[in-house]
Amino acid sequence: MAFNKFIGTQVGRQNFQRTGTMLSNNFQRTRMFSEAQQTEKMTLVGAINSALDVALETDPHSCLFGEDVAFGGVFRAAVGLREKYGPERVFNTPLCEQGIAGFAIGLAANGVTSIAEIQFADYIFPAFDQIVNEAAKLRYRSGGTYNCGKLVFRAPYGAVGHGGHYHSQSPEAYFCHTPGLKVVVPSSPAEAKGLLLASIRDANPVIFLEPKWIYRSSVGEVPIGDFEIPLGKARIVKPGTSVTLVGWGAQMLVLEKAIEYAEKNLPGVSVELIDLRTLSPWDQETVINSVQKTGKLIVSHEAPVTGGLGAEISAKVMEKCFLSLEAPIERVCGYDTPFPGALEPVYVPSYLKVFDAIKKVVEYDI
Amino acid sequence: MFSSLKMTSALCRPTLIQRSFASQSPVSWNLPESAYTTHRCDKPKLEMTTTKEEALNFYRTMNVIRRIELSCDTLYKSGLIRGFLHLYLGQEAISTGVETVLGHKHHVIGAYRIHGWAYTRGISAKEMLAELTGRAAGSSKGKGGSMHLYRGATNFHGGNGIVGAQCPIGAGIAFAQQYLKQDTVTFSLYGDGAANQGQLHEAFNMSALWKLPVVYVCENNGYAMGTSVSRSTSNPDYFTHGNHVPGMRVDAVDVYAVKRATEYAVQHALAHGPLVLEFSTYRYSGHSISDPGTSYRTREEVNEMRQKRDPISRLKAFIEEHNLATADELKEIDRQVKAEVDEAAEFAKTTPEPDPSELFTHVYTDLPVTRGVEYHV
Repeated sequence: MAFNKFIGTQVGRQNFQRTGTMLSNNFQRTRMFSEAQQTEKMTLVGAINSALDVALETDPHSCLFGEDVAFGGVFRAAVGLREKYGPERVFNTPLCEQGIAGFAIGLAANGVTSIAEIQFADYIFPAFDQIVNEAAKLRYRSGGTYNCGKLVFRAPYGAVGHGGHYHSQSPEAYFCHTPGLKVVVPSSPAEAKGLLLASIRDANPVIFLEPKWIYRSSVGEVPIGDFEIPLGKARIVKPGTSVTLVGWGAQMLVLEKAIEYAEKNLPGVSVELIDLRTLSPWDQETVINSVQKTGKLIVSHEAPVTGGLGAEISAKVMEKCFLSLEAPIERVCGYDTPFPGALEPVYVPSYLKVFDAIKKVVEYDI
Repeated sequence: MFSSLKMTSALCRPTLIQRSFASQSPVSWNLPESAYTTHRCDKPKLEMTTTKEEALNFYRTMNVIRRIELSCDTLYKSGLIRGFLHLYLGQEAISTGVETVLGHKHHVIGAYRIHGWAYTRGISAKEMLAELTGRAAGSSKGKGGSMHLYRGATNFHGGNGIVGAQCPIGAGIAFAQQYLKQDTVTFSLYGDGAANQGQLHEAFNMSALWKLPVVYVCENNGYAMGTSVSRSTSNPDYFTHGNHVPGMRVDAVDVYAVKRATEYAVQHALAHGPLVLEFSTYRYSGHSISDPGTSYRTREEVNEMRQKRDPISRLKAFIEEHNLATADELKEIDRQVKAEVDEAAEFAKTTPEPDPSELFTHVYTDLPVTRGVEYHV
C-alpha cells in the first residue's frame, strides 16, 4: 500500500501549474458571441469587474456589498465601482456572513438586485442557513408570493497552491444539493463576464463561485459591453470520440493539460472536454449525448470525491447511458480529507491523475 | 478612536511614588487612571510593583515575539513560508502581559494572529517556524501552518482560521472547566472584526447565563482586514458589547497595565462569570502578508504608532528610567534573542517535510484508510 510518491512529490510540486490561457489553439471554441461584437483582452478578475460594472449600470436598482468591497475588495474585483456608482450602492458590510446573507435576501425580496460578496468561499458557512433555509425556499413556501431572484452570492473558491484549509475549499456540492438554488462556475474571462451577468439577472438565487487561482493568470478576449451566457447550458470545449471528460472552473486547465498528454501518449485517443459552467441545474443533455457517443466518462473536481458533484453526474449518466458505457465511470477528485496545508500537491487531482484515469478507461477490458 | 489614544500616550508615563537607587530592589508606581475604562465593574488597583527580573523577562519575551514575526516576514518573502500569515507586530504586550499571570493551567483559545500567544504558551521559536514552513517537526506536524498552532500540554487550543468561530468554542471549554471543578479560566481571544459576528454574542449570552469562567479578550487593533472600526462597528466600545456582561478597556501599550487587567479578570471570571477585556492596540503590518496595509490607512499613521505607541519601546524607556538594567544588559538580551530566532529559522529551512501519507492521517481516529482512496504501488 505504498502511496505513489512520484505524483506526490516532484511532479506534483513542479508541474502543478495553473498558468496560461484558458484554451490552446488546438481546441475549438463554441461560438458564444457574434463576430461583430468587439472584444478586449482581460484577466478573469477584470472580466468580473466588467460584469459588475455593466450590471450596476444597466440596473439602477442594484447594490454590491461585502467585506472590504468599498476599497475594491481583496482581489480587486470591485475596484472603481464605489467611485462610479456611489456609497449607497457599493458598500462595505461588517464581518458577519450570516448577517450579510440575510440582508441580501431581504433586499432582493423587496425589489433591489443584490450582489453579495463572500470574501472566500470557505467563509460561506455562517451564511449557509440563510442561503439554504431562506433564499432557496422563499418562493416555494410562499406559493410564489415572494422570491429572492436577482440575488447572487459571489465567492472566490478553490486551490491556490498554498491556501490551506480555509482559503482553498470548493463547497459547490452543498449548494447543488439544495433545490431552489443555482450554482455557476466560470472557467475563463469571457465565460466569467457572461455567466455573471446572466446570474445577476436570473430570477432565482445563484451561488457564483469564482476560480481565484486563475483570477489573474487566465487572460482572454472578452466582449465589450453587455452580453450573457445562458445558465444551464454546458460548453463542449473540445470535441472528441473516445472519452468524455467533464469539469468546471480552474480544473479545466488541469484537464486540458491531461488531454494534451493523453493524446500524445495514447495513440488514437480523442477526448471530448466539457465545461459544465452551471453545476445546478447541470446540462444533462449535453453530457448524456457525449457519453452515448464515447462510451466512457471521467468527472474531475477539486472537492472531495465522496458526495461531490461527480457522484451525481456519475449516477445520472449510469441511469441514462447504462448500455452505452464501455467502462466504469471514473472520478478524479480531491481525497476525503480536509483540504491540507503543506500537503496540497499530494491532495489535488493533478493532470497525471487525470491521465491515469483516461488510460484506465481507454484500456478497460472485461 | 486614535485621538483618544494620542491623549492616553501623553498621560501614560507612570507617576513615580518611589524611585529605587539600587537597581536590584523592586520598583513601585501607579498605573495611570487612563489605562482602564470600565463597564459595570470596578477599575483594578493602580498600585504596581515590579522587579528587574520581571521587567527583563517582559523585555525578552516581547523581543522574541517581534523577532519571530520579522523572521516569518523574511521567510515568506523567500518563498519558504507559503499561504496565509498574520503578524503580531505591535501587539506583543498583550500575550506577554497576560501570560505572566495566567500560567498554563488556564486555557487559551484564539484566532489566527496567534504567534505571540503560541510562543507564550510554550511553543518554541523552532517548532513554530518549522510549522510555518510546513515541516514534520512543526507543532502540528506541518499540517496546520501559521493559523493552526496548538499545544495540549499548555492548554493552548490554537490558532483558528474562521473569524469568531473560536468564541463559542471558548465558552464550551470554560463550561468543562466549571463542570470538572478545575478552578481555572479560559481566555477566548478575538479581534475587532470578529466582534461583529453573531456567534460571539451567542457566546456572551450563554456564558452569562451559566456564569462560565471565561474572559473574552478583544485585541482591538483598529482594523478588520481593510475596514476600520468606525466604518464597521456602530458601537466602537467593544468592552461594552457584552451588554450586562462587565467589561474593561485596557491600554495594551503598557505591559504592566495588561498584567494587572489579567489578574483582575481571572479573579472575576472565577468568582462571577464572564468578563470582556478590550485591549487597545495596533498592528504595524497589514492584515496578512499579502496586504500591504496602506490602501486603507496612511503610512504616516503607521509611523506615528511606531513612534508613540510601541510596547517594547515603552518598556525599554521604563527600564532605563528606573535603572532596572544597563544598556549593555539589554543589548545582551537582544543578542541572545537574535541568536535564538536565527537558529530557529535555520532549522525551519532544513528540517524535513512530512511524508505524503500524512495527508490521510488524523481525519478520523478509527478508520485506518480514508474512504475512496486507491493506493497505487
